[in-house]
Amino acid sequence: MEIAVVVFLSSGLFLGWSLGANDAANVFGTAVGTRMVKFSTAAFVCSAFVILGAVISGAGASHTLGKLGAVNAIAGSFMAAFSAAVTVYGMTRAGLPVSTSQAVVGAIIGWNLFSGYPTDTAALLKIAGTWVACPLLAGVIGVVLFKLTAVVVAWAKLHIYRLDAYTRLGLILAGAFGSYSLGANNIANVMGVFVPANPFTSFSFGDFAAFTAVQQLFLLGAVAIAVGVFTYSKKVMLTVGSGLLPMSPVAAWVVVVSHSIVLFLFASQGLEHFLANAGLPTIPLVPVSSSQAVVGAVIGIGLLKGGRGIKWGALVNIASGWITTPLVSCLVCFVALFFLQNVFNQQVYKDSSYVLSQLAIDEIERRGVATKRLESLKDKRFESVREFRNILQLEMAPNEGDESTILDVARIDTILINNSKLWLLDSKPLSDEQRAAMWNVVGRKFVHRWTLDRALAEASDAWKPLPATKKNKLFNRRLQQDRQIIYDVFRIKENR
Amino acid sequence: MISLFGKTKALEAQTEEFCNKVSEGSLAFKIGLSAYLAGDQETFGEKQRHVSEVETRGDQLRRDIQRRLYVETLLPESRGDVLEVLENTDQILNACESAMWQFFIEKPEFADEVAAEFTKLVNTVVASVDALVSALRAFFRGDPSISDHMHKVIFYETEADKINHRVLGLVFDSDSDLSYKNQIRHFVLHIDNIADIAEDVADRLAIFSLKRAI
Repeated sequence: MEIAVVVFLSSGLFLGWSLGANDAANVFGTAVGTRMVKFSTAAFVCSAFVILGAVISGAGASHTLGKLGAVNAIAGSFMAAFSAAVTVYGMTRAGLPVSTSQAVVGAIIGWNLFSGYPTDTAALLKIAGTWVACPLLAGVIGVVLFKLTAVVVAWAKLHIYRLDAYTRLGLILAGAFGSYSLGANNIANVMGVFVPANPFTSFSFGDFAAFTAVQQLFLLGAVAIAVGVFTYSKKVMLTVGSGLLPMSPVAAWVVVVSHSIVLFLFASQGLEHFLANAGLPTIPLVPVSSSQAVVGAVIGIGLLKGGRGIKWGALVNIASGWITTPLVSCLVCFVALFFLQNVFNQQVYKDSSYVLSQLAIDEIERRGVATKRLESLKDKRFESVREFRNILQLEMAPNEGDESTILDVARIDTILINNSKLWLLDSKPLSDEQRAAMWNVVGRKFVHRWTLDRALAEASDAWKPLPATKKNKLFNRRLQQDRQIIYDVFRIKENR
Repeated sequence: MISLFGKTKALEAQTEEFCNKVSEGSLAFKIGLSAYLAGDQETFGEKQRHVSEVETRGDQLRRDIQRRLYVETLLPESRGDVLEVLENTDQILNACESAMWQFFIEKPEFADEVAAEFTKLVNTVVASVDALVSALRAFFRGDPSISDHMHKVIFYETEADKINHRVLGLVFDSDSDLSYKNQIRHFVLHIDNIADIAEDVADRLAIFSLKRAI
């Protein structure tokens, strides 16, 4: 790996360190602050489970961030993560409420605005919706769990020492679950913006296991989180444990479990798949604020106890943060990208070229977009996304969905399935059927990704997407990851 | 983790033994004083030694529990409360022991009428200690019956106060010397004070059991 790549990754690692230093306190703060669990035990459990969560279940939430905007140059990823970090740091210093999740979203939108790529409003609304849902859901889960725990504790009539021992064990187990959920949900904040410009490559250990490029990236981010936990979280844990949460250890356990369940719900692809299979509505996989989940659970329990002593100001602060944090981060990112590009001469985004060939127009028509007004643009080539979008606005003023379809179909991404490169797939996590199907497209050149997708789907069912239902979402998402491997291996640069 | 639950079991056993010792001490105290009032000095002497032994063991247990709670950082949230309850309860054993010693040294004499009321006072005081021990056990075991026991402690303490006033009335209405009256008053107040300690511990327990609720 080049030194420059390491330098560019540093902002993500810094975000990871800061996440470990601060958010580990949401998981183990009360346990360590009240001396129920030793810091060394908490730090070890937290680090191990954050890493497991990030590597095993981190992909779901980062996928949604990727939909919002795919930061496609590593210098741009660096600046997006750096802007989010600066925003978090600055707003914390100013005493304003801030969440890394919201800062990262703002930074991605800032990158979109700078690069000219469109922002997916549906994805943005989905993400913003979860910010509101997260503390509410944590509150509801907190109330239910608190009631249940109270009934069980009263029924069990545990000796005071035994209750203490069970609570310690419970706090460690809840902390492990919380750390796993934190890693799974929040790794997208730390490394999500680096996914499209990922410097790692996937490889597999024979037929047994695969270690994807994204997992390697997430492992690196999770290690940064673990370093943050070990180096700086003790101070924060002691502050949280003794200051913000004046509750009994059992109530603190309820808060940690509620927080962990919420983070897990918003991160688990397995749960999403299960719900989809059962015909139930799925929960969007989005990075949410760990601190806001804790505040939600604490307020829920406070309300259950009669609402005395609740700091309502905390809720107002949270709600204001939903707006101010992304705005500040977006602005910081936009300005910082300008400097990085024009002062330091770094490529902060890779522009795309577009061509509206007859083939592309037919495909756009097939996808349900009226193409009559695109005829005037036929066979014209556009060298930047901004130029193409401006022309489209002038010619047909498409709505967001139609524009997204046109951009997707007309985008040039030349892929040549070169026989001499096929061996590179041996170490990639693809199935035997998928590898075999590659022989059917050897020697062919594809100008658009979707033409390759279609050729592969015709060659083998292993490359064929399933109908776009909730149930098939996970399969299609994995298929898209497999396709990405092919694009990355066989992409060729065209002379413009 | 096994060691954590092992330590917990050992502490539970020690706390139970402490409660047993308080109960045992108060019962020995009752039998000893009844024997004294009946003129049975042999039984009184035996029970006096018994109460002293129980008091010493109670002190040992309290110190050991205290040391374990601190060294093993158990009950970080309620350690102070538990230790306060144990220390105050231990004072009951101290008060019983010192009362027995005073009887042994001063050998006070009681008129029959006063002796009958004095026996009632001792029985009521011991009943309050007994109810306190039940409350204590309920507190440690997370048993909701704690409020019933605490109610009994308060009831017996009030009864003890009434008997106390009756005994003192009888003594001061008599033609005895003022020095004798003062001596008996000292014994009556000392015995009644045991119920007062029990009530104070029960009051603290009421607050701690509220704090114990999750």
